[in-house]
Amino acid sequence: MIIDTTEVQTINSFSTSGFFKEVYGLIWIIPILTLILEITIGVLVIVWLEREISAAIQQRIGPEYAGPLGILQAIADGTKLLLKEDLLPSRGDIRLFSVGPSIAVISVLLSYLVIPFGYRLVLADLGIGVFLWIAISSIAPIGLLMSGYGSNNKYSFSGGLRAAAQSISYEIPLTLCVLSISLTCDSSSTVDIVEAQSKYGFWGWNLWRQPIGFLVFLISSLAECERLPFDLPEAEEELVAGYQTEYSGIKYALFYLASYLNLLVSSLFVTVLYLGGWNFSIPYIPIPELFRINQMAGIFGMTIDIFITLAKAYLFLFISITTRWTLPRMRIDQLLNLGWKFLLPISLGNLLLTTSSQLVSL
Amino acid sequence: MILSVLSSFALVSGLMVVRAKNPVHSVLFFILVFCNTSGLLILLGLDFFAMIFLVVYIGAIAVLFLFVVMMFNIQIAEIHEEVLRYLPVSGIIGLIFWWEMFFILDNETIPLLPTHRNTTSLRYMVYAEKVQSWTNLETLGNLLYTHYFVWFLVSSLILLVAMIGAIVLTMHRTTRVKRQDIFRKNALDSRRIIMKEDGRDLSRREAYIYNEYISFGSPRVSGFETSGGA
Repeated sequence: MIIDTTEVQTINSFSTSGFFKEVYGLIWIIPILTLILEITIGVLVIVWLEREISAAIQQRIGPEYAGPLGILQAIADGTKLLLKEDLLPSRGDIRLFSVGPSIAVISVLLSYLVIPFGYRLVLADLGIGVFLWIAISSIAPIGLLMSGYGSNNKYSFSGGLRAAAQSISYEIPLTLCVLSISLTCDSSSTVDIVEAQSKYGFWGWNLWRQPIGFLVFLISSLAECERLPFDLPEAEEELVAGYQTEYSGIKYALFYLASYLNLLVSSLFVTVLYLGGWNFSIPYIPIPELFRINQMAGIFGMTIDIFITLAKAYLFLFISITTRWTLPRMRIDQLLNLGWKFLLPISLGNLLLTTSSQLVSL
Repeated sequence: MILSVLSSFALVSGLMVVRAKNPVHSVLFFILVFCNTSGLLILLGLDFFAMIFLVVYIGAIAVLFLFVVMMFNIQIAEIHEEVLRYLPVSGIIGLIFWWEMFFILDNETIPLLPTHRNTTSLRYMVYAEKVQSWTNLETLGNLLYTHYFVWFLVSSLILLVAMIGAIVLTMHRTTRVKRQDIFRKNALDSRRIIMKEDGRDLSRREAYIYNEYISFGSPRVSGFETSGGA
């Protein structure tokens, strides 16, 4: 029957991660679970990193009681939030209230499908690759609006509206920067984009081909993650905690998680799109090639690739955490001004420059 | 199986858009319809269009609807409303729609009853895409910007009209609006802006006393005599 074959074909074309092409059955769940485990550990590491870096910036000692050097601090936070009472507003919309944080987390988690950690270490090498992230991150404002509305609280509602307005405003410069990258690399697939940056080592990065786009992407992705200086939806002074005011316990932990997951996925996308992904970017050193004797069993090569990707992602993490603890918060009108009247024309100009340079090079 | 799940969710969500009492729930079911339709498009192999559905319909249009519905104080419809009074006209329109659908759908390719599922069916290969596989985006670009570019330009003109309409509707009077210039306000000097009753400007001492009144409520510095008394 035609319907069955379309399904199987589509699902197969969506899960072409190198090793598992010829294996059906339930074994496809193992890479997904591995990635989820990696992401969870990544979030724990980022929470710890944030504490340590903010402590260093503020000249104090970071977490030191939970485990050696405070490594288990994130687990302590998570356990505390799990054991707290789960409050529900009495006259709020309880179903919307409960579903809101889940939508924010789901939309961020789905974006991890297209991030390559190595040549065959990607869950789904889609033809539309990066565009999947753009599309799915457009669903996040819905979750914020639902949380703000369902809380039965004027300030939460206002915070939810502001958060949604901020999200949709900064999606457009983000999309235009990603579009410029796709034009430069002739493909929207993340693996192709990284491969296009692999030739000259350090000098092959898209950072040099799209410097304006890099800056706009940095600012827009910080705004999408709702990190300072675009922190107004969670502003402690103005709106108590914005759309997260009425949340406690595990639902608050979901928002917390969504925020750090979003940060991680943004930093990984910066790595993939602008910093050359898994390529060992010091030119003329053939170290990775020495270990890729056999493509199928190049475990050491794969480990190096993952390590390089994470090291490059750490750069953006460091920049965003440092920015959070140095710059003051922007007001909502300044924020929306920056998004629509500054970044949008600049990213449009970047797109025009990119298309004209593509015309010249063809 | 996925097709049945997505289609049924889309149909049920569509029904709930109309039947939900709370208008916010209505718009959220509307969003569900788009999500499921996006899944259906993926099943059809149109991955780019599925993502465009998510970006445009859910990310822009549905968010717009949600903003409007949440900010207006729309009263929740009564529970015991009389639905039956809509039945004659809506029934006729619904029947016409069904009749048209059955005209268009071909009964041979879509079996209405799942009688005999053939589990060992051959997978049909689209050999053309093994030779040169074009992505959805390339195909769209190849047609839209070359053969059908006029329609593309016309649609951009329609969007321009919509944008200008929105600006015209919401534009404030910009010609005679009084605005503050912070730098100018800080540079004001009380000696030059205040005039006494007999037309003289303030002397330096009076300007100093004026500043003291402004800042602290009364001249703090003793030993300075006011003009009214000791």
